[in-house]
Amino acid sequence: MSDYIKIAGGTIHDPANDIDGAVRDIWISGGKIVNPPEDPSVKPSRTIDAHGLVVMPGGIDMHCHIAGPKVNVARKMRPEEKRKAEVIERTAITHSGTMGSVPSTFATGYKYAGLGYTTAFDAAIPPLGARHAHEEFDDTPCLDKGFYVLMGNNHYVMRSIQQNEPQKLKAFIAWLLRSAKGFAPKLVNPGGVEVWKHKQAGNVHGLDSEVDHFRVTPRQIVSQVTQAANELGLPHPVHIHCNNLGMPGNWETTLETMKALNGHKGHLTHIQFHSYGGGDGDEDTFNSKVTQLADYVNTHDNITVDVGQVLFGETTSMTGDGPLGYFLSNVYGGKWFSGDTEMEAGCGITPIKYKNKSLVHALQWAIGLEWYLQVEDPWRVVMSTDHPNGGSFLAYPQIIRYLMDRQYRKDVIKTCHPRVKDRCTLGDIEREYTLNEIAIITRAGPARILGLKNKGHLAPGADADITVYTPHENKETMFELPRLVIKDGQIIVDQGDIRHPIQGKTLHIEPEYDTGVEADIQEWFEEFYSIRWRNYPVDASYLHESEVVPGR
Amino acid sequence: MVTTNPEAPSQETELKIVEDATCTFCGCVCDDIELTVENNHITKAKRACVLGKAWFLNHEVEDRPSCLIDGQPATVEEGYDLAAKILTDGDYPIIYGLSDAPCEAQRKAVGIADWIDGTIDTTTSVCHGPSGMAFQGVGEVTCSLGEVANRGDMIIFWGSNPAESHPRHFTKYSLMPKGMFVPNGRKDRTCVIVDVRKTKSANTADIFLQIKPRKDFEALWTLRALAQNIELDPALVLEETGVELAVFQDLMDRMKACKFGVIFFGMGLTMTRGKHCNSEALLALTRDMNAYTRFVAKPNRGHGNVTGADNVVSWRTGYPFGVNHSRGYPRFNPGEYTTSDTLANREADCGMMIACDPMANFSQPAREHLASIPYIALDTKITPTTRAAKVAFSVATYGINTGGTVYRMDDVPIPLRPSCDSPHPSDFEVLSQIEKRVQAIIASR
Repeated sequence: MSDYIKIAGGTIHDPANDIDGAVRDIWISGGKIVNPPEDPSVKPSRTIDAHGLVVMPGGIDMHCHIAGPKVNVARKMRPEEKRKAEVIERTAITHSGTMGSVPSTFATGYKYAGLGYTTAFDAAIPPLGARHAHEEFDDTPCLDKGFYVLMGNNHYVMRSIQQNEPQKLKAFIAWLLRSAKGFAPKLVNPGGVEVWKHKQAGNVHGLDSEVDHFRVTPRQIVSQVTQAANELGLPHPVHIHCNNLGMPGNWETTLETMKALNGHKGHLTHIQFHSYGGGDGDEDTFNSKVTQLADYVNTHDNITVDVGQVLFGETTSMTGDGPLGYFLSNVYGGKWFSGDTEMEAGCGITPIKYKNKSLVHALQWAIGLEWYLQVEDPWRVVMSTDHPNGGSFLAYPQIIRYLMDRQYRKDVIKTCHPRVKDRCTLGDIEREYTLNEIAIITRAGPARILGLKNKGHLAPGADADITVYTPHENKETMFELPRLVIKDGQIIVDQGDIRHPIQGKTLHIEPEYDTGVEADIQEWFEEFYSIRWRNYPVDASYLHESEVVPGR
Repeated sequence: MVTTNPEAPSQETELKIVEDATCTFCGCVCDDIELTVENNHITKAKRACVLGKAWFLNHEVEDRPSCLIDGQPATVEEGYDLAAKILTDGDYPIIYGLSDAPCEAQRKAVGIADWIDGTIDTTTSVCHGPSGMAFQGVGEVTCSLGEVANRGDMIIFWGSNPAESHPRHFTKYSLMPKGMFVPNGRKDRTCVIVDVRKTKSANTADIFLQIKPRKDFEALWTLRALAQNIELDPALVLEETGVELAVFQDLMDRMKACKFGVIFFGMGLTMTRGKHCNSEALLALTRDMNAYTRFVAKPNRGHGNVTGADNVVSWRTGYPFGVNHSRGYPRFNPGEYTTSDTLANREADCGMMIACDPMANFSQPAREHLASIPYIALDTKITPTTRAAKVAFSVATYGINTGGTVYRMDDVPIPLRPSCDSPHPSDFEVLSQIEKRVQAIIASR
């Protein structure tokens, strides 16, 4: 008996390999996709009949909040939404859990897998909490996982920039990523969180505001971290949450941030929250500036974005952007968590609710959809809700329907605040996504942007992470309940039932750097950190199953 | 996942230095201890406080069986089998304790509670449980301890006596350190102590407010009112709190004028009249102060890894403590699913007590009921709880004999560096073995 599995006769959508709806067989062996055996007498040990079914690579969520300090605080903080949410019952092979906007770890793994997603990246981990994130990953089954390391307000980063020490900056970025066993550098409101930490309602307000004490600007942080990360050849050089998130008129800050990349590869995240016109906090002036920003993206191929789609309903806002958390808690008036991490980062959490009858919320919803529909190259725009900030990852099938069904979009616009139509272009956009384009923005594209050569496609050598869907006229129906989900060559989900909750592995990077800088880092570290230098790096015992993703 | 530190000495080593070892005695989780180990015995614990020295230097591996069943020596295998049987035979199994075990063991314990449809609760329910409930009401503005060291210029301790409970708190984190923005250390900070009696910590204070016992709530709301410039009746304030209004006003003026204020609070607040209402008032006051300056609050947690227990139970179930799985999924209700209640109400019919001693410190009805049901106990030493257990495991001591992860009171995870060997299994090992057997029994049903 061979160890081959054959997925026979499925309709394949594998845009990375230019396969758009061809009927093919896929062979799997040893957890990988392989060529069919040369010896025709070798039969697969199992054949999955996929005739009439749609086959895609497993989904990849490149920006979500699923593990680590702030996610867990949000779980603790919101018991009220769990009792009315779907219950996750224990079975003979799976753990129980709770849902609500911030599911428990096991529930997170099962629910992602149930949607056909097999890889997810937490977008904001303070390095001091990296060990915590890895511990939670170990309790989050069915997914390959990694996280981005917060460094846009890191004191050493700002100090190296202020002292004009690009070599130190580069070495530090690599050292920090290795210490945390992280995947990519993350900038959150660069410079602004540091100001928040020492000043009432403190923040920076544009790319050229100066960060007190450090005498650097957000523009310098963006430009120099981006350059250093590109020089290090990181698989995903830099993931940027711009300054001024959510503020009317912030589109100019976003445009300046794009320019500050200076042509280097960079990813701007939850771009929806950064695309607003208007000013002075006046709700009546709030409007969409997607057209202007998408034009820039369309003409600058160093830039990629994910959307951060807003969906109507209740959720929890959680962010490494401390001053934003303060702002939102004042807007909504509910409970508020703020947590500052020494030398590194901040955090804000508050419950929020998006209402279709609110002009601002309805515009946020529309602006997200405009982004998918106005970026011409689907390889450079990625589906995200910034889970749970815009809404749950469980809304992805609904977003797919919005993108593939313009009539549905138009019907929903009619239920929104009446002035939305005048403040954005969504009502006039006729574009509809194809299945292949959906496969790009949910798996092939994020894999490419993340530098994951073994994911997001179905050619031999790829990880056998595969989702099989039953076609349906209503694309939400089609995508919310995959027929089968295969991870590392094993069927983990069968029509919504978890069959084999495998562990999944941690994806991290080990960039090379000038170790001569370590003494300087250590001296700085020992002066100001509250834990010991030796106890800071996360050791290999926290990784369990893992893979080092090579640089570009 | 408990790993043996490769630096840990073998039996043959006569003298060994373990640098940056982590002390798990209290929530400070100091990770800068230098241990001298001679013949598998810790002889020096440099930088440890008086409590930490006692923790390390008094550590003895007692020559006794790793497992007792009904007080009689048994093999650990017999113990694991019987433990799994007890836990799966019961209708209302409870698992309790956890705050002096590493996260790796805590994760196993929560897993077992899930497989057996049991109730999982931690010692949080008898210390800062009310703070956890208050947190769910108003949230919390907080920070890591390094932020306090680097920025805090006004440090308030409320119902907390760190001079005796957390001896290195002042020197390492809160008062003495010369921090980035408080370069002169103690000179740059104002220390305020609020308590019902003049504690040893009060000697350190620049300002000491001695309030009437059981009047924390009133005192906190007086400050909340003053923060909003609401006029109060001086006579009523004095009568209710025992402190002059002018003293509160002076304190509020200083709080508004500081750059980075910090309130540490302890069980003198959370376990006195008002309980979670007190914590809620303090957390709300802290939030209010952010309209004027930066202000944070932080519970001064006691046990070495009680913060880890909160985290582990939360990430696996969604709730921090007092979690019941009897319907096959987690439900949370402090006062119903908390262990002192499941015992005193005579609901639990079997259990497992991990690194805790309810037979020594619970109410009499709770103790009587616990003594009447079959339960398993895991501890490093003989306690009233291990003595009355059906199955008692002597386990290795975390941080001394075994590795793993501990969360400091500010949620910062810190690794352990074991320094000497133990003949006894770790909590992680015992719980892993029990979980395997429990799963096999569940699967066979």
